[in-house]
Amino acid sequence: MLSAILVVGLLAATFGIILGFSAIRFKVEGDPLVEQIDKLLPQTQCGQCGYPGCKPYAEAIANESAEINQCPPGGEQTIHDLAELLNLEIIPLNPENGAPTEKTTVVIDEANCIGCTLCIQACPIDAIAGAAKQMHTVIQSECTGCDLCIPPCPVDCIIITPVKHDFKTWQWDKPAMLAENKTDIA
Amino acid sequence: MLSKLFNFNGGIPLPQHKEASTSLAIEPAAIPNRLVLPLSQHIGTPAEAIVEIGQYVLKGEKIAKADGYVSAPVHAPTSGIVEDIGDYPLPHPSGMLAQCIVIKPDGKDQWIELASHSSDYKQLNPSELRNIIRACGIVGLGGAGFPTSIKHNPGPDRTIDCLILNGAECEPYITCDDMLMRDKAKEIICGLLITKHALQAKQCIIAIEDNKPLAIKSMQQAVEEFGNNKISVAVIPTIYPAGSEKQLIFTITGKEVPENGLPLHIGIVCQNVGTTAAVYRAINHGEPLISRYVTIAGDVKQPRNLDVLFGTSVNDLVNQCGGSTGDVRRLIIGGPMMGFAMQQITIPVIKTTNCVLIDAGQSKELQKQKYTMPCIRCGSCADVCPIKLLPQQLYWFSKAQELDRIQDFNIFDCIECGCCDYVCPSQIPLVQYYRFAKSEIWKRERDQQKSDNARERHEFHQFRLEREKAEKAEKLRQKKAALKAKELQKELKKGQTENNENETKENPAKSTAILDAIARVKAKKEKQHITAKNTDELTVSQERMIKEIDERRAEQRNAIPNSIDSTDSDNVDKTKK
Repeated sequence: MLSAILVVGLLAATFGIILGFSAIRFKVEGDPLVEQIDKLLPQTQCGQCGYPGCKPYAEAIANESAEINQCPPGGEQTIHDLAELLNLEIIPLNPENGAPTEKTTVVIDEANCIGCTLCIQACPIDAIAGAAKQMHTVIQSECTGCDLCIPPCPVDCIIITPVKHDFKTWQWDKPAMLAENKTDIA
Repeated sequence: MLSKLFNFNGGIPLPQHKEASTSLAIEPAAIPNRLVLPLSQHIGTPAEAIVEIGQYVLKGEKIAKADGYVSAPVHAPTSGIVEDIGDYPLPHPSGMLAQCIVIKPDGKDQWIELASHSSDYKQLNPSELRNIIRACGIVGLGGAGFPTSIKHNPGPDRTIDCLILNGAECEPYITCDDMLMRDKAKEIICGLLITKHALQAKQCIIAIEDNKPLAIKSMQQAVEEFGNNKISVAVIPTIYPAGSEKQLIFTITGKEVPENGLPLHIGIVCQNVGTTAAVYRAINHGEPLISRYVTIAGDVKQPRNLDVLFGTSVNDLVNQCGGSTGDVRRLIIGGPMMGFAMQQITIPVIKTTNCVLIDAGQSKELQKQKYTMPCIRCGSCADVCPIKLLPQQLYWFSKAQELDRIQDFNIFDCIECGCCDYVCPSQIPLVQYYRFAKSEIWKRERDQQKSDNARERHEFHQFRLEREKAEKAEKLRQKKAALKAKELQKELKKGQTENNENETKENPAKSTAILDAIARVKAKKEKQHITAKNTDELTVSQERMIKEIDERRAEQRNAIPNSIDSTDSDNVDKTKK
């Protein structure tokens, strides 16, 4: 009897120590769920979801204070991915947050730029190059099309342009579903 | 030499439709009144134009240079004036425009002076051969357009056991390789020997489908003439897609190319017969790649093969074959199985264009499937798949856009041969679904990369703001501290000047000099940490004396202001010593 208690007690103590040690040694920094959600978001930092960036929105989703349908740049795909990750129902995009649009970037009309640096400060990813009283320009390869630089521009010289496709980014269309529905089975 | 051929899984015998275009001998196509030469006629980075508008170029002159390793230069197919450098439609299913050099031929067709190489290729080492091949802009003419010089570079520790020459030409309608083997068998064999030398390959096998008896005969004769026992002709059964690289390798050697691998990894290199002939022209004559054989077939009045200069409009070729037999519904570049329907007819012939097919409604095989019916799960598609994939599963997953699942079913091993499509009783455009799924996966990968990049940049942006804030705060703090110290010093100085009033009155400069000197000495003392060295083994009386001196000194120090302190102690130190 005594030996059994001793053995069980010893085991409990051993495992306790192991668990205690690993809890400290292998501690995960931050919330892995937030990271996972953040990874699925398009990282435009546009704030259309009502949060000040993608990470805050991810945090809000993780603690269930936000729905998964508030990200217009991500569109259906993001909702689909988030639903799969969090095991939730797929719901349509919330129209209050805006409509999904074609991928765009912005271009600065260089002739009209006065070099005020306001757009540089607004860009969440430092994708605008320039200096005070010098012409600014958008680094096209980095621009995510969040449009955050447009409101601060005092001379309205930032123009939204659709992303140009080249042979590498060109995509095949999904075979028309219509053809399948239009079968002649009379 | 070959004891046995192997049969790959699936495949289908197709109606060949090859007779029509082989009835007429090859003829050079007429030089059109303008040539549109895309800078991207190959896989890899587009070439970079090195001519200017209005410049006169000779036939064979380099007009665009290779940009990077996986790239190929472009040469002028005839002499003339560069009319424009701008965006023109490319033979691509998207109908997109890309940069092209437009040449207006002057009709003289005057060659540039070609660089002459040693006529004996054996005197050149593989690296020199590769450089010539690269400079001549040779890319795979079978369809993919991969720069040949790279293919000829297996790496230092790889040996090539077998060089397979692909003359299978398994797609219906296409006969350009067939005609080339009939006409230029010797050139092909010469090119093959050069390639063999460049690769240091142990043996060469020329694979030809058994539906080309004339080509087989011509090639066999040429092989006998050269009398090289390392070269043999393999006659393989006509079954689509026997000419596809991986299927051909299996048919000949029974080896399978590993997933995501290259034939190189199993010691095999596969090369198209057209490419091989071009290699011969480049090495022995210094001629760059400026033309190729193209089959014009389908619903045209006189289907045939022509030797076409790159940049010639497809429309011109069709007209040279008597025009189409009706209203052109579709233009296909490539074969009916793996070719792509184009959106314009004014596109140019490029290095990879092997066949131009016109659908004017007469040829049943060329017509687009009109009605798609639901999948009845018959499984015919899986029976014919040469890669042993499960086309039906791929179809469901790509339809539902389950892109992760579809990759589990190895969609990227699909060669888009179209066998499943062909046999599908419901006429489902299966290959179309796979192409869509593949490009969707690529798109998502790109998006993911972009968003990862954006996240990183955003995080850095925030870090930068924090850092700048901290730096600003630190600067402010330092400034404040400096100001305080200044004030403190001012006060201190004030106090000191009051103490040394007499001296300052006499000579204000002197007082500062004294202060400086004091500071200097203090610093020096601190630095040296002066202690008496002879304090060991002292007698009692000596210790008493020191004590007395110390006391006296302390008294003095209290009585006399700071200024005299140091000089005093210096004196004491000296006396000590």
